[in-house]
Amino acid sequence: MAELIEAVLRGLGTGSVYALLALGFVIIYKATRVISFAQPAFMLAGVTMVTYLVLEVSFWVAVPVAALLTGLLALGVERLAVRPMVGRPAFVVAIITLGVDVAVRVVVNAFIGLDVRNVLDPWGLRTVGIGGIDMQQRHLAAFLTTAALVAALFAFFRFTRMGLAMRAAAYDQEAALAQGVSVGTVFALSWGLAGALAAVAGTFAAAGSSVDAALWLIALTALPVIILGGLDSLPGAVVGGLAIGVLQELTATYQNHAPWLGGNVSVITPYVVMLLVLLVRPYGLFGTREVERV
Amino acid sequence: MSRARMRGRPLLHTSYASEMALFNTPAKRAWFGALLAVAVALPFLLTDDILQLLALCCVAAIGAIGLGLVTGYAGQVSLGHAFFLAIGAYAAAAISGDPDGRVIGFGVTNMLVWLPAAGLGAAAAGVLVAPLATRLRGLYLAIVTLGLVFIGQHIASEWSSLTGGVGVGRPAATLSVFGYQLAATGAFATRDQKLFWLMLALLLVFALAARNLARSKVGRAFTAIRDRDIAAGVIGVNLARYKTIAFAVSSFYAGCAGALLYTVSGYFDPSSFSLLLSVQYIAMVLIGGAGTVSGAIAGAFFITLLPRLTREVQAWVPFISTQPNEVPNVFQVETILYGVLIIVFLIFEPRGLFGLWVRARNYWKAWPFSY
Repeated sequence: MAELIEAVLRGLGTGSVYALLALGFVIIYKATRVISFAQPAFMLAGVTMVTYLVLEVSFWVAVPVAALLTGLLALGVERLAVRPMVGRPAFVVAIITLGVDVAVRVVVNAFIGLDVRNVLDPWGLRTVGIGGIDMQQRHLAAFLTTAALVAALFAFFRFTRMGLAMRAAAYDQEAALAQGVSVGTVFALSWGLAGALAAVAGTFAAAGSSVDAALWLIALTALPVIILGGLDSLPGAVVGGLAIGVLQELTATYQNHAPWLGGNVSVITPYVVMLLVLLVRPYGLFGTREVERV
Repeated sequence: MSRARMRGRPLLHTSYASEMALFNTPAKRAWFGALLAVAVALPFLLTDDILQLLALCCVAAIGAIGLGLVTGYAGQVSLGHAFFLAIGAYAAAAISGDPDGRVIGFGVTNMLVWLPAAGLGAAAAGVLVAPLATRLRGLYLAIVTLGLVFIGQHIASEWSSLTGGVGVGRPAATLSVFGYQLAATGAFATRDQKLFWLMLALLLVFALAARNLARSKVGRAFTAIRDRDIAAGVIGVNLARYKTIAFAVSSFYAGCAGALLYTVSGYFDPSSFSLLLSVQYIAMVLIGGAGTVSGAIAGAFFITLLPRLTREVQAWVPFISTQPNEVPNVFQVETILYGVLIIVFLIFEPRGLFGLWVRARNYWKAWPFSY
């Protein structure tokens, strides 16, 4: 029983990272109707910035600064590569972001180099124990940070003028434009937000271990998450992220019961779950069904 | 037919058959003939290492044509091309492999057996994936096919009795027909010369077949689905059926390309079939020109030659290093170029290399007038 609960708690920790990444994808999708394949690159860029910044300032300063800088990087990418494509098919823009991802990651990898880089987080691999059940501090921190960020985001979308503008633009771009919403600002802000969230997610993904070029694959796991939750649903991203995280950890814990699946089967669990979900619910658990007229 | 055409009026067609012909203008016939003649003569003009690279280009072009059929013609975005290439490569290698070797092998080295088998194996996988494609559209489909690449990579790295395992790999299929080695240095020609001719001939067959498919009822159904799938459904195109056909044909091409791809180098490893391979094929189709067979071929040649080109350019640009541990090095420049070229082409010339050709052609058609 303790093993099960510990696996679930670990899953909530990794799931929080997925949830943050998935939120970035969904925010961009809602604003621009595009899936940004550049998110992995932003995550890697953000966490690499953290590894450089922590050498100068404390962890608590480094993470927000890196998030801000990554947000600015995302803004720049949006302005240079995505804005000229407004009105073109979503698939074309998605492929452009794929190009951005490949190009940015090469630059970031050059900064990562061959040395071991750490985010020097205050948690490491220490655990907290309650009643014989241990939870790693980094997972607890990831979960709490995600909860705080999600609450802040929901408040932002619900109670601020800009949040209202973003919801309006997501609902109907032209109508929002006609009401005086600056849709360009909405695009820029959503990319910036997504970049910043990716940087935070990257930091938690690297907490307790080190940063290397393969870390970007974690960000791709957010893709099955948004499919599971529904492309245009913020609650779906959070629920999907946590669900995928827990499922992945459960598979990792109990995979020795099915050795024919091979080791590391937990890496592909999200994709298998995605395929199964799509066969039953093509628009995810919380996504809105697309209705189209000819 | 073509005899009935008036001189100097290449676009005037007097019959449906002449308009829908494989090469429907004299200019196309002339260009095709000239290019083919040059290509056949190339082995006498170039050195062996470049010929080997060009043979690889021809194989990549087969794969790119396949992706072009499903993504360019039928408009179904597939990021899973690497998965189908992998199926083809392993099916062919297993059929032609040594039965007493370290990895699974059945010892049937005849190319006439393993090439179609690899294609059909991949096509079967394509048909299995197709139900997802018929339920999903656009970006959802892109993500699902991306998932296939990861699942495929997992299977390839775990099933080491077939694939040899990560970092070890296994030998590729043997190029022989009824015991005759197709690519072996002989009295007439070297291995690489023969390899190039063989791959060129195969490319020709696959390219003409694709063009033929594109001008048929099936091809028209593909373009109708790409342009507006609901409208296509309304006018009587069976969406499920034609999307399945698109995936099956595309996977068949990918399977054949995968089977041939590693016969050039002779050896391959499960880590080859990563997302980057899929991105490369997407880049070939988009940089070449989506929705054209000649564009896919041009794109495949361009992308496959890109590493070589960056190495040639490196001699002129002193700050780029050839050492993998220095920054910036040629490998980084090469990967950045994939990304940047995709972005630049999509923003400035969405029709790709084919579009550049159309621009040049139209300029000279109207010369000296601007339009």
